[in-house]
Amino acid sequence: MANPASADARSAVRHRAGLRLWLSSGWLILVVLTALLAPWIAPKDPLAQDMFLGRLPPFWMHGAEPGYWLGTDSLGRDVLSRILHGARVALLVAVIAGTLTCLIGATLGLMAGFLRGWVDIVISRFIDIWMAFPPVLFSILLIAVLGPGLSSIIIAIVVIDWTRFARVVRAEAMAQGAMDYVASARVSGRGRLSTMVTEILPNILPTIVVLLTLEMGIAVIVEAILSFVNLSISTDDPTWGGMISEGRTSVHQAWWVLVFPLISLFLTVLAFSQLGEGLKDRFDPVLR
Amino acid sequence: MSFLEIKGLSAWLKGIGQPLLRNVSLAVAVGEVRGLVGESGAGKSMIGKAILGILPKAVEITAGQILLDEVDLLALAPKERRRRIGATCALIPQDPLTALNPSRRILGQISDRLVDILGWDRFRAQARAEELLAEVQIPDPQRVLRAYPHELSGGMRQRILIASAFAAEPKLIIADEPTTALDVTVQKQVLKLIAEMQDRHGTALLFVTHDLGVVSKVCQSLSVLYGGLVVEDSAVRPFFAGPKHGYSRALLEATPKYTDPSASLVPVPDGVIKAVQNEIADADRRATDG
Repeated sequence: MANPASADARSAVRHRAGLRLWLSSGWLILVVLTALLAPWIAPKDPLAQDMFLGRLPPFWMHGAEPGYWLGTDSLGRDVLSRILHGARVALLVAVIAGTLTCLIGATLGLMAGFLRGWVDIVISRFIDIWMAFPPVLFSILLIAVLGPGLSSIIIAIVVIDWTRFARVVRAEAMAQGAMDYVASARVSGRGRLSTMVTEILPNILPTIVVLLTLEMGIAVIVEAILSFVNLSISTDDPTWGGMISEGRTSVHQAWWVLVFPLISLFLTVLAFSQLGEGLKDRFDPVLR
Repeated sequence: MSFLEIKGLSAWLKGIGQPLLRNVSLAVAVGEVRGLVGESGAGKSMIGKAILGILPKAVEITAGQILLDEVDLLALAPKERRRRIGATCALIPQDPLTALNPSRRILGQISDRLVDILGWDRFRAQARAEELLAEVQIPDPQRVLRAYPHELSGGMRQRILIASAFAAEPKLIIADEPTTALDVTVQKQVLKLIAEMQDRHGTALLFVTHDLGVVSKVCQSLSVLYGGLVVEDSAVRPFFAGPKHGYSRALLEATPKYTDPSASLVPVPDGVIKAVQNEIADADRRATDG
């Protein structure tokens, strides 16, 4: 039972997890608010170009213009406003692509791992074949076929990444399926689907949550990569990946065009993965 | 009258065709406690799993009948078989650490039985769950009902599993080495508890164990298993007075004696093993010839 030493250790873990949870969710809430309120809080029009104000440095540097806090890019567009608007695309992709990937992958993985038999054989072979495609080429190909746009990016992410969920969830479901509590549920006459949902699913939910948040981070990165190779949404609309791509060409003259969107991207992806870990520590009944 | 009767049950490992159960026959009368004894790999747990319909997929039953209340389970459609097993049988598993769902509170896990099997509503089931915990002598049942399994000790969890096995008043409980995973002092309490519960509820019990000492205390009859073959089937008293089969005799002699703690452990002699393995070979020959 609970002894003082393990209680101490547990509260230490909890404290650390708490800090991680607060920092990561704090940043993500900020990003969400930014995305929602971008048109009102952005100081400038993110699309407005002004050739006379090209490559203005951020506010603390010599030559900065008031109102352009993080400087401007080579077309004179306000970097801060573009980052704020870019959060919309990043977040949309993260949430929609992450959730869809999770639903499809986790459902298939759960079925394969718990039902076994031919269901497992079909799904597992399908995963093996799927994973043999090189993912970047596959996504570029997909978008070439579907045409660029937000929904194409989301579809590409789901189509490529569901296997990540399916494989991990399958392994977990198999491990849980071998436990005696599952046998007991079966003995008392529970059907297979009901056993899967009420007995197995709650035990792999912490894993699914971690995977989901990781996937959201990955989705943000994938969107950035696709923007970088000009396969994302239209090049005028501000996205973090697109900004990084544009900033790359002028990095020696105007590093801020590259660095600020990069920092936003980095912090957001990090926050997603830390949120997952923090949630797991908090909600896994065994760790709690 | 026998509640459970197994007739000529044979099973093998699919694919390689390795026999696991060889023409096993045994019966458990209403309210009887029968021990199922054998060393590791003798197939004793396999018999329990076959009755409950939870054999691993790799194991296939090749012949025989499992009669539960005079109905052959193996002849039933899967759904009807599940229903019948659920309504009349329960399991006390070996390892209390994996037998409770770690992410659900105890309350839900016990009341599930009553809801699934007896069709009770949640509210009534929850009230009964508290009574059951009190019956297995768990102090402060209300607190325990709200707990998660990892917050409870192994002995406590085994008591909960016993309560949950008896919850829906089954006719037959299969206890699969229920004390193996517990330490010795707790073992004794848990055995006593199972015996008391069995007596009070009049449930038939198939007690799977490798410990003849436990059998002599709890059971009325026993079947000794070696290599999936029942080598002896006897009432407890005559068995402990003088087992008929050579292997049973050697097994009994191998049990450590409390009277002489300095005596070294006696293994089952090689000659006895040879003899019983010949018997198995004979049985397999008969099976393929017939």
